[in-house]
Amino acid sequence: MADKLRTLQQLEHLQQKYIGTGHADTTRHEWTNNIVRDSYASYVGHPALLSYMALGMGECREVVRARFVEKMVRGVGPAPVEREDGEDGEEVVVVERRDRGGK
Amino acid sequence: MATTSSMFMYSLTIQPPTAITQAILGQFAGTKEQQIVTASGSKLTIHRPEPSQGRITPIYSQDVFGIIRTLAAFRLAGSSKDYIIIGSDSGRITIIEYVPAQNRFNRIHLETFGKSGIRRVIPGQYLAVDPKGRACLISSVEKNKLVYVLNRNAQAELTISSPLEAHKPQTLVFALVALDAGYENPVFATLEVDYTDADQDPSGQAFEELEKLLVYYELDLGLNHVVRKWAEPVDRSATMLFQVPGGSDGPSGVLVCSDDNVTYRHSNQEAFRVPIPRRRGILENPDRKRRIVAGAMHRTRGAFFFLLQSEDGDLFKVTIDMVEDENGQATGEVQRLKIKYFDTVPVATSLFILKSGYLFVGSENGNHQLYQFEKLGDDDDETEFVSDNFPADPTEAYSPAFFHPRPVENIRLSQNIDSMNPLLECKIANLTDEDAPQIYAICGAGARSSFRTLKHGLPVSEIVESELPSRPSAVWTTKLTQNDRFDAYIILSFENATLVLSIGETVEEVTDTGFLSSAPTLAVQQLGEDALLQVHPRGIRHIRADGKVNEWPAPQHRSIVAATTNSSQVAIALSSGEIVYFETDTDGSLNEYDEKREMTGTVTCLSLGDVPAGRVRSSFLAVGCDDSTVRILSLDPDSTLENKSVQALTSPPSALSIMAMADSTSGGSTLYLHIGLYSGVYLRTVLDEITGELTDTRTRFLGLKPAKLFRVSIKGQAAVLALSSRPWLGYSDVQTNGFMLTPLNYVGLEWGWMFSSEQCLEGMVGIEGQNLRIFTIEDLTNNLLQESIALQNTPRHFVKHPDQPLFYVVEADNNVLSSSTKNKLIIDSTAVNGNAIVLPPEDFGHPRGTGHWASAISIIDPITAKSVISRLELEDNEAAVSVTIAPFASQDEESFLIVGTAKDLTVNPRTYTAGFIHVYRLHEEGKELEFIHKTKVEQPPQALLAFQGRLLVGVGPDLRIYDLGMRQMLRKCQTTATPHMIVGLQTQGSRIVVSDVQESVTYVVYKVQENRLIPFADDMIARWTTCTTMVDYESVAGGDKFGNLWLVRCPPKASEEADEDGSGAHLMHERQYLAGAPTRLSLMCHFFPQDIPTSVQKTSLVAGGRDVIFWSGFQGTLGMLVPFVSREDVDFFQTLEMQLASQNPPLAGRDHLIYRSYYVPVKGVIDGDLCETFFLLANDKKQMIAGELDRSVREVERKISDMRTRVAY
Repeated sequence: MADKLRTLQQLEHLQQKYIGTGHADTTRHEWTNNIVRDSYASYVGHPALLSYMALGMGECREVVRARFVEKMVRGVGPAPVEREDGEDGEEVVVVERRDRGGK
Repeated sequence: MATTSSMFMYSLTIQPPTAITQAILGQFAGTKEQQIVTASGSKLTIHRPEPSQGRITPIYSQDVFGIIRTLAAFRLAGSSKDYIIIGSDSGRITIIEYVPAQNRFNRIHLETFGKSGIRRVIPGQYLAVDPKGRACLISSVEKNKLVYVLNRNAQAELTISSPLEAHKPQTLVFALVALDAGYENPVFATLEVDYTDADQDPSGQAFEELEKLLVYYELDLGLNHVVRKWAEPVDRSATMLFQVPGGSDGPSGVLVCSDDNVTYRHSNQEAFRVPIPRRRGILENPDRKRRIVAGAMHRTRGAFFFLLQSEDGDLFKVTIDMVEDENGQATGEVQRLKIKYFDTVPVATSLFILKSGYLFVGSENGNHQLYQFEKLGDDDDETEFVSDNFPADPTEAYSPAFFHPRPVENIRLSQNIDSMNPLLECKIANLTDEDAPQIYAICGAGARSSFRTLKHGLPVSEIVESELPSRPSAVWTTKLTQNDRFDAYIILSFENATLVLSIGETVEEVTDTGFLSSAPTLAVQQLGEDALLQVHPRGIRHIRADGKVNEWPAPQHRSIVAATTNSSQVAIALSSGEIVYFETDTDGSLNEYDEKREMTGTVTCLSLGDVPAGRVRSSFLAVGCDDSTVRILSLDPDSTLENKSVQALTSPPSALSIMAMADSTSGGSTLYLHIGLYSGVYLRTVLDEITGELTDTRTRFLGLKPAKLFRVSIKGQAAVLALSSRPWLGYSDVQTNGFMLTPLNYVGLEWGWMFSSEQCLEGMVGIEGQNLRIFTIEDLTNNLLQESIALQNTPRHFVKHPDQPLFYVVEADNNVLSSSTKNKLIIDSTAVNGNAIVLPPEDFGHPRGTGHWASAISIIDPITAKSVISRLELEDNEAAVSVTIAPFASQDEESFLIVGTAKDLTVNPRTYTAGFIHVYRLHEEGKELEFIHKTKVEQPPQALLAFQGRLLVGVGPDLRIYDLGMRQMLRKCQTTATPHMIVGLQTQGSRIVVSDVQESVTYVVYKVQENRLIPFADDMIARWTTCTTMVDYESVAGGDKFGNLWLVRCPPKASEEADEDGSGAHLMHERQYLAGAPTRLSLMCHFFPQDIPTSVQKTSLVAGGRDVIFWSGFQGTLGMLVPFVSREDVDFFQTLEMQLASQNPPLAGRDHLIYRSYYVPVKGVIDGDLCETFFLLANDKKQMIAGELDRSVREVERKISDMRTRVAY
């Protein structure tokens, strides 16, 4: 029993430290949200990729950077309405298509 | 981890990236002088400004083998030297210093704080240092912030504490700066949004109500603890912060930049807000809000101002007024914020003001600029907007401010630093019929776009070109005495005469010099203290200072065929093959040695080295004979003219030169024997200073004419001028001391010599035909010459005319008004307001309009006209997305220009109303275009390719074959080849390689009988392909959007089956494998070069060089992959790579192997850039690594430099 508790604590610690670490009850919303936020963080973090996208969008690098961080706020959109039976609704998650940049 | 592969490539950079990610300013050398450190890709470069010449020059550049994301400079209190903190992808904080004595970066601290890689919660995105250098904060986009306390220990060394955490989960950071808090506790300010509530609320209302907070984090130095001290909501659209000076200079606090306004905020001050003025003009949308994208703060004692740049490139000067007390002294209280238009410069990623009065603009697109301030805009008549007239509350509305842009007034452009960033596409072609091909590239964005031609060579500046009465065969210059600084005579040798010119204010002929004018000359030398020497075929004339001439006649029936001299020795070769040797004695007379030596063949050339400092003679004489040998003879008095060593050659030598040059192996200078052959080959061998043995021969082919060699000096260092069908210069690389041989961008010379006068200290004089030319070489740092042709809009793709030296570039700019719209607006407005001023778009950018496209096809002649010779604008908001030239079998193989366009394209999320295929006929040898027709297709055709007399088009996921019809293109055949969107096509035979925007490449075969396209092989990894090329019939090399280079190959069985005769029914009915094509491609090579490849091509780069895979990167990188021929070389370089990675780990703490395996483990590629760092190591490290490899240092260096010089520059 003590082992189980420790495992659970370790997992919780990991989840706190590394955002996006999943667990058995990860919802579709949480999961897609993490993917979207990770993606935008990566676009912003790689200087070449950010410039590439900025050129494709015909915008300034700094403007695109701010826009991408702003998109991380929203993620995939509002959380689904929780149903009483405890199941995830059939929420429609629109993952934005990544733009092609450059060409 | 480099998994074995049957194929190995050696990756090398030809030109490092030129985009500046970030630049910082500081006194890195520890002197008063400021330096600039820039980060470009993985390169860290330090530049020195030269205020007197108005330019900056790079001093040292190092590859850190990691992605540099942020840089910051700081100085400990009481110190005069700035340190550099690097935020990279290594999950570590790195503090380095620049060591001016060694010209190297030296790492002081490396502290790990998280996982490597660029991740959402691993700090490294933002970095700020307390202005007093006491602490730094490094932050990630979300949640994590770490504060490190910087201090010094008893030995005055920099120390760094363990990190203090200031994490806040579910909080995004938009900007971070350090506050100027004087000597109070360090404070950092961030712009944050907490999304916890928005994430939980299904109605979306919480998201609407989210606030952006300006948060102060204070580091309590006493308690060693970070507290969230102050948080205030600011404008929701705020994205940038700037530090406002504090202490005695200002009120402290920050400027918060958001959409359309700038606000001053501080915890103990009122808020003040000013709008960002918008451009007034007929082409400007008055409702468009501007944002600040870059800025610089400049402070002098007691005063400061900001230059903030909007996305249009306009600089605004922002100043703060303080409340004054009754004595007129400024109190600490802010009274108002003021903003006014300053000037317009290109949009910058980094902007700063140098103490010497310069403004550095690290441009986002195109060349970087250095401007000199002429005034500070203090007393001009620009409208100033003050915060008194605008409400400080971010929610309150105000009427916008406007200004009229005007040409620059306050600053003056002083240097344009070439930058190819962004590089959209690159092609290698030989259009000028030179022996090496040139590189053609389309670069830049918007109105700062350009078409560039790159050529391997050094720039030469010509001083004099003058025609002579007849054709000279040789030229020399000489001083009169040993101690003269400048040359006094130019001596020209003709077929049967010699002409002496004196150098003074004018150059004129002199006759009373003692030189024999009735015979040609073989050598001229200033001998001993004050004598001159002339060697002519019939003898030697020794001209003493008093005008007395001693003549040594050649023996009867023999003449002198070759001669060599230095300041105390003379050696001549007679037509009989005899060598006669002379030396000066103490009283300056020339003595013949009794020892003579008869060579077996005719002597073709001789060389004596210079007399080494502190010695009386050079101890070797090199003799070249027509039996294709070079012999080294001793000149020691006890073994005069005895044989020391022999070197056999492939052809008789035409020139020899013994000289000492800087050497990377020994670190000092080494004696070399340079040999030029009649076959045009040049060799360089090391001449042992004791034994006279020749070792380590390196060979290069110069040209078709016999090579001639001359000793010259450039920037104080010895160099060799090698002349063949074109001139070359052999010199030591500025940074590595490695030997470089680069062609000069100059006419082919027949003879060259040093030239030094008051006006031109280190010049050269040369003969070309009947002309005498005097020239200098000033810059040895860059060996790629650039020529640039301006374009109007962002170039997207280009294609070469099949026979003519012309290029067709398709240009398209998003959110920019097209010329027809502009003209319409101008006409409408001039009808009302009279003439309107239109500003030049190169400086001010194009007028913008959301959803609009400006697009055109330009014809460029880079050879003769060197300009855009014709330009055709596209109408109806169409944007060109692809271009090709295709011959049509139905039109007798006539070639047509095909352009794919998209109408009303929005990039993200991708929408459009239609796609078109335009067809143009080429007239006047391709110099004019005639529009034939256009065909509507459902989606924009992103890929076009000529294919077997018809046209291949990628329309969305469909691959189609079109033929040319009278009214439109006729669809002949179609298949769905890839899952998403076709972005590239390559073909050989009836095989087509289709690249998809995100699903790598698919091999398709075309079956003629059935008229059917059948995909038969695809890839197993999703690669966001940007460019591909077929390396051979089975293999494809390509690059993707995340910065990978890869090479995939089709399994031989599938490849054969696909080409079997018949209908292809067996292919059609083959079972799909995992919902893809029946077979999978296998990965041969994979490599992460960091930059995003935009084009890849198989080509050779130098005359006689093997084929390499040449690629260009988005940030301006030019690189190549060189195939290895032998397994031994692979083993050698693998071991070397491993040794270097462990002995000399990357500066920013990123593990080299993991870096090169960023997305996919590196396979089959050896990092040549890492191998070349061997040159930069200290001698003991070199010895150690060479020892591990069982080679000598010289052998290792030779192998490394051969890998590059054999195929490229």
